[in-house]
Amino acid sequence: MTESTLPGALVKNTEDDVMDTLGADVSVPPPDRSRSLGMMLLRFALVFVFVIVLWEGLKFIGGTPWRFSTNDGALFNFTWFPPFPMKFASDLNMPHLWDIFGAFIQPAQRNGPPLIQVLAQAAVVTMQAALAGFVIGTLLGLLLGTIFAHSPLLERALVPYVVASQTIPILAIAPMVVVWLKAGWWSVALLAAYLCFFPVTINTLRGLRSPDPRAIELMKSYAASRWTTLWKVRYPSALPYIFTALKIAATTAIVGAIIGELPSGLGEGLGRVILNFNSEYAIRPHKLWATILFTALVGILFFVTVILVERVMTRNMRKLES
Amino acid sequence: MKKFALLIAVMAIVAVFAACAPAVQPTAVPPTTAPQPTAAAQPTSAPQATSAPSGGALTPVTLQLQWVPQSQFCGYYAALDKGYWKDLGLDVTIKPGAVEIVPQQVVATGGAEFGVAWVPKVLASIEQDADLVNIAQPFQRSGTLEVSWKDSNITKPEDWKGKKVGTWGFGNELELYAAMRKVGIDPNNKADVTIVQQPFDMSLLLNRELDAAEAMTYNEYAQVLEAVNPQTGELYKPEDLNVINFNDVGTAMLQDGIFTRGDWIQDAKNQETAVKFLEGAFKGWVFCRDNFDDAVAIVLKYGTTLGKGHQAWQLNEINKLIWPSPNGIGMMDEAAFKRTVEVALGSQAIKAAPKDGVYRTDLAQKAVDALKAAGVDVTGANYKPETVEITKGGE
Repeated sequence: MTESTLPGALVKNTEDDVMDTLGADVSVPPPDRSRSLGMMLLRFALVFVFVIVLWEGLKFIGGTPWRFSTNDGALFNFTWFPPFPMKFASDLNMPHLWDIFGAFIQPAQRNGPPLIQVLAQAAVVTMQAALAGFVIGTLLGLLLGTIFAHSPLLERALVPYVVASQTIPILAIAPMVVVWLKAGWWSVALLAAYLCFFPVTINTLRGLRSPDPRAIELMKSYAASRWTTLWKVRYPSALPYIFTALKIAATTAIVGAIIGELPSGLGEGLGRVILNFNSEYAIRPHKLWATILFTALVGILFFVTVILVERVMTRNMRKLES
Repeated sequence: MKKFALLIAVMAIVAVFAACAPAVQPTAVPPTTAPQPTAAAQPTSAPQATSAPSGGALTPVTLQLQWVPQSQFCGYYAALDKGYWKDLGLDVTIKPGAVEIVPQQVVATGGAEFGVAWVPKVLASIEQDADLVNIAQPFQRSGTLEVSWKDSNITKPEDWKGKKVGTWGFGNELELYAAMRKVGIDPNNKADVTIVQQPFDMSLLLNRELDAAEAMTYNEYAQVLEAVNPQTGELYKPEDLNVINFNDVGTAMLQDGIFTRGDWIQDAKNQETAVKFLEGAFKGWVFCRDNFDDAVAIVLKYGTTLGKGHQAWQLNEINKLIWPSPNGIGMMDEAAFKRTVEVALGSQAIKAAPKDGVYRTDLAQKAVDALKAAGVDVTGANYKPETVEITKGGE
């Protein structure tokens, strides 16, 4: 049944009526001041400073000797010997933070471009595959979640397999996917999708079941079709659940893409950079640390993008609340 | 709900955008369908396409390496970069390796025509019914060392007794185990020796978490010398280390060899292709010997996060493993092959001696002859290693 078959007045108000009925159930919590961007950044900065102090403090009392000198040592030459040397705080295990952050602007290769430029180029390649995987995984998750929500039989039959799919380490699957799809860009995207679809499926299923039963009954009393109920009640109330899943999926997509790049032998993405610095960790640990930080930033970028989309799409829900 | 439709629509647009992206960016296209991504970056190879043999179409073949681009494979990248293969009518794609790529599997399943791997690993695959044949053996010597700190006093295999000795495993332990058995140490007996599984870098040795570590002359050994000694603030020196070389111990095995699929190489036309492939590859290795600095630059172009100092050291050590090649580059050294088989049998890496025909030299011989006829020095009898300065962090 389509909308046009319903009495006009009812259709017009359905959405608002339902929203009123559901009240707090559908809406995300009201925006409180502590969630504003400024506060978020401030808190992030505070934690960041704390980590810096902790890290360098540990190195100060237990790291390898700190050496400050000019190249030939003529101008000044100062060495601090930490009083309680501990192995885990050595320069090999915990490089100085200025070395890690300095690595970004140092050339990745003698006379070459700075590391940050190389990383940015690699990140673009990885993000393309991750984005494609994220979209494929999300669409698949929405589809599966919707099917399961409407068919308890299929849910009981297939959800165990969906769960099982996530208990298999992706490291075991990656080489197989690469053999099937002949190492390439799509095998990387597919591995990212493989990690993404699970949280979306489960949360969509949960979200579609979340509306107040009275709202569903109300729709039934309007003689609304399943499709209309789905579109006007179930999906809107599932949105917060879905976005929670998307936030998880956004970060795992990056992880999936990087893991997928390794057995694919694809050399342009972040996977190869990590592999190269990993196998030479002993001589330039700060570069691997820098790469890890950068990879985390890429994941955060995906995450924040999802949050922004969520803000836009659930804005009206908050208005209803106030 | 319209907003939900909007979400779907946005997703669809993003999907289309993402799917189009690889077409815009040639780097992400599967290598077989488009020119090698890096080809665009090399002005040198483009004009040479015109000098390809008349008839136009190049024969496409793929080479599967056992690790990511680095000087260990310099000869192949030089052949690609200099257009040697193109001149011979081949369109070669080089597939880099990675942690979980086994070149023998890739070649056996048709994912590549040629592969590079250590000889004993290929022999083990052949025994497990992979239809593979070694067609050339560029590396004439083994590059494996067992490195320890001077104060551990490990100067000969006997000294490993009771120590913590590292190896990477996965078939890289055979030379070490054979050397141990030779002096009566049972590597599987904890009372004799503690075998430690090493990661691919040298951090365990640097942290002194083991007494001796496996290291390749061309990679991990240099990593120790490129690391800073926290006590002095200076780089470690060769004098700080004791090195046991398996070539001296007598358990050295042949390493990087070129192999192909047995049924593929039956075909006369494919044999012709293989000869051309080897000719180009050998020419690439000769280039790496005679144009050291340019060769390092080629490697750095294909591995943008590799350190120049480290790759220069690596190429120098790789050249030492290849040159001199008394019978011509790529020709199998029969005595070394016999020793490789004996060590592999002793370690039960293979159960029975391989049948005749697991390697053939006729194709390499043809390639060597062709190069010789063109006036190329294929033995490197007068080869002298470069002097490579160790740089901090291999930068």
